[in-house]
Amino acid sequence: MAELPERDFEVIVIGSGCAGAVAAYVAASAGKSVLVIERGNFAGAKNMTGGRIYSHSLKKVFPDFEQEAPLERKITHERIAMLNSDSEMTIDFTSPVLAEEGKDSYSVLRGPFDQWLAEKAESAGAEYIYGIAVEELLKDESGAVIGVRAGEDEISANVVILAEGCNPILSEKCLGNPRPKASQMAVGIKQVFELPASTIEDRFLCPEGEGAAMLFVGDCTHGSVGGGFLYTNKESISLGLVATISIAEDGSRNEVPVYQMLEDFKNHPAVAPIIRGGKLVEHSGHMVPEGGYNMVPQYVFDGCLVAGETAGLCMNMGYQVRGMDFAVASGQFAGEAAVAALDAGDTSAAGLASYKQKMEGSFVMKDLQTFSKWPHVMEEWDSMFNDYPTMVAEIFNAMFSVDGQPQQPLMKRMMPIVKKRGLFKLGGEVRKAVKAL
Amino acid sequence: MSKIAPITVNVDEALALDKYEVDEANAHIEVDLEGDLEEFLKLVRVCPAALYKIDEEGNRSFDYAGCLECGTCRIACGDTIIKKWENPQPTMGVEYRFG
Repeated sequence: MAELPERDFEVIVIGSGCAGAVAAYVAASAGKSVLVIERGNFAGAKNMTGGRIYSHSLKKVFPDFEQEAPLERKITHERIAMLNSDSEMTIDFTSPVLAEEGKDSYSVLRGPFDQWLAEKAESAGAEYIYGIAVEELLKDESGAVIGVRAGEDEISANVVILAEGCNPILSEKCLGNPRPKASQMAVGIKQVFELPASTIEDRFLCPEGEGAAMLFVGDCTHGSVGGGFLYTNKESISLGLVATISIAEDGSRNEVPVYQMLEDFKNHPAVAPIIRGGKLVEHSGHMVPEGGYNMVPQYVFDGCLVAGETAGLCMNMGYQVRGMDFAVASGQFAGEAAVAALDAGDTSAAGLASYKQKMEGSFVMKDLQTFSKWPHVMEEWDSMFNDYPTMVAEIFNAMFSVDGQPQQPLMKRMMPIVKKRGLFKLGGEVRKAVKAL
Repeated sequence: MSKIAPITVNVDEALALDKYEVDEANAHIEVDLEGDLEEFLKLVRVCPAALYKIDEEGNRSFDYAGCLECGTCRIACGDTIIKKWENPQPTMGVEYRFG
C-alpha cells in the first residue's frame, strides 16, 4: 500500500450542511480524522430551505432518524395551486403511500436540523471549527488540493470535501469551476410565521403531527418563471417564492422586486387566510441551483471532492422540488470515496474516482439526467405562469357561477375559453412539457 | 431606464426580526453606485433583503448590514458593478434561528 503524506487531518470538510455533515459523519465513523469548518456560529446558522426533505437517502445513513432528528411534520398532503391575480385553483392530494417508509418526506427548519446533523458527525469523532469561513484551498506544485486556509491558519489534509453551498466561491476561485449563470440560479425568499399546531392542522385538514407541502404557480411571481411554496412546520408555516434570476432581474420581463412579489403573494385573497394571525419571526433569502444536469461542474479533483449544492445538485420540477436528499446522498458518497482513497493510499482524482461512479450509478445523476431538458422548457413556457392560471380561472368561473340567466351547456361554456388560446398551441405546449418531465 | 414596480412593503421591518452580528468595520460586499444604472436596477429587483435602493430622484444606495448572504447579487452582477463579494469576517453576519 502506498504511503500518504502526514497531514493535520485525513479529511477536511468545508461546510456543515446536509452534504458536509453527512460526509464528515461517514468518514469519522470509519475511523478517519476529520475536521469540519463551518462559517456559521453553529451549523444551520447560514442555511435556509423551503423546505422539505425526502427521507430515502437520510434513512440509509441514519436508520433511526425518525426518532432522533428534529423533524417538523411528516408531509401527507401534497397541494398544487394555480393562482391568477384574484383566483386560485388547488389540487389537494393525500394518500397512505406518501407516508410509507422509504417514500416519506418531512418539513424541516435548517437551524435545528443542521445542528442535529453536526451533533451526529461530532459524536462519530469529527472535530468542528465554527464561525470562520475558509478563504482558500491550498495546493501543492502539481495543483493537488492539500488543505485549506482560514484567516491566519493553514490546515493540511489528505482529502478536502467542499460543501460550501449554492454560492460556490471556493469552487470558482480555487477549482476553476464556472460561476453559475443567472439563468441557472433562482433567488429564494421566505418568511416563517408562527401559528399553533392545531390551527395548522385545521387549516390544512391534517391529522396531528402530519402536514402539507404546497407549490404555487402563476401570479405569485407576477408572471416570472418561478413559483410560490409553503410548508407546514410543527408550530409555524414557511411561506416563500423562488424566481429565476435572469428573468426576475430583466426589466423587459419583470418590474417587481422579489420582496414585493412576496408581499403581493402574502396578500393574495387565497393566501392571506392561510397565514392569518401568524406571527412573522424570520425573513430569509437563499439561492437555488435550477440548471439541473447541465450545470453540474467537475466534482472530482486531485485531493478534493465537491458535494451538495456546490455541485449543483438540485431539481425543481414545478410539482416537486428536491435538493436535500441529493445533498445527503452526495455527502455519503463523498465520505465513502474519501475513506476508500485513504485506505488505498491514493487520494488523487483517480484514487477518488469511486465518488463519480457512485454519483452516476445512483438516483443523483440519473434523475438529473432524466430531467435535463426540463429547466429549459420551463424557462420558455411563459403561458404556464401567465395565461394558464387565467384560463383555469375562466373555466371554473364558467362552471361554478350561477346568475339566474338561462345557462348554456357546459361544453358551450368551455370551448370558447380554450379555443381563444388555440387548441393546437395548447396541446403542443403541454406535449413538449410532458416529454421533458 | 427600465422600471421598478411601486414598493408597498418595508422589508427593513422584517429584517429587524432576524439576528445579525454586523461588522461595522468591514463591508463584505462592495458595489459601484456610479456604475451602469440598468445593472443597479437588476439588483433592486433580485435582492431578497431590499438592500439595493433607488429613490424617486434616482439616488442609489446600498447597505450591507441586512445582508442575508444568499449571493444573488454576485450571480446577477458579479461581472459588472459588484466589485467585491466575500463571506463576512469570522462570527459576523446573519444568523438564522429557523432557516
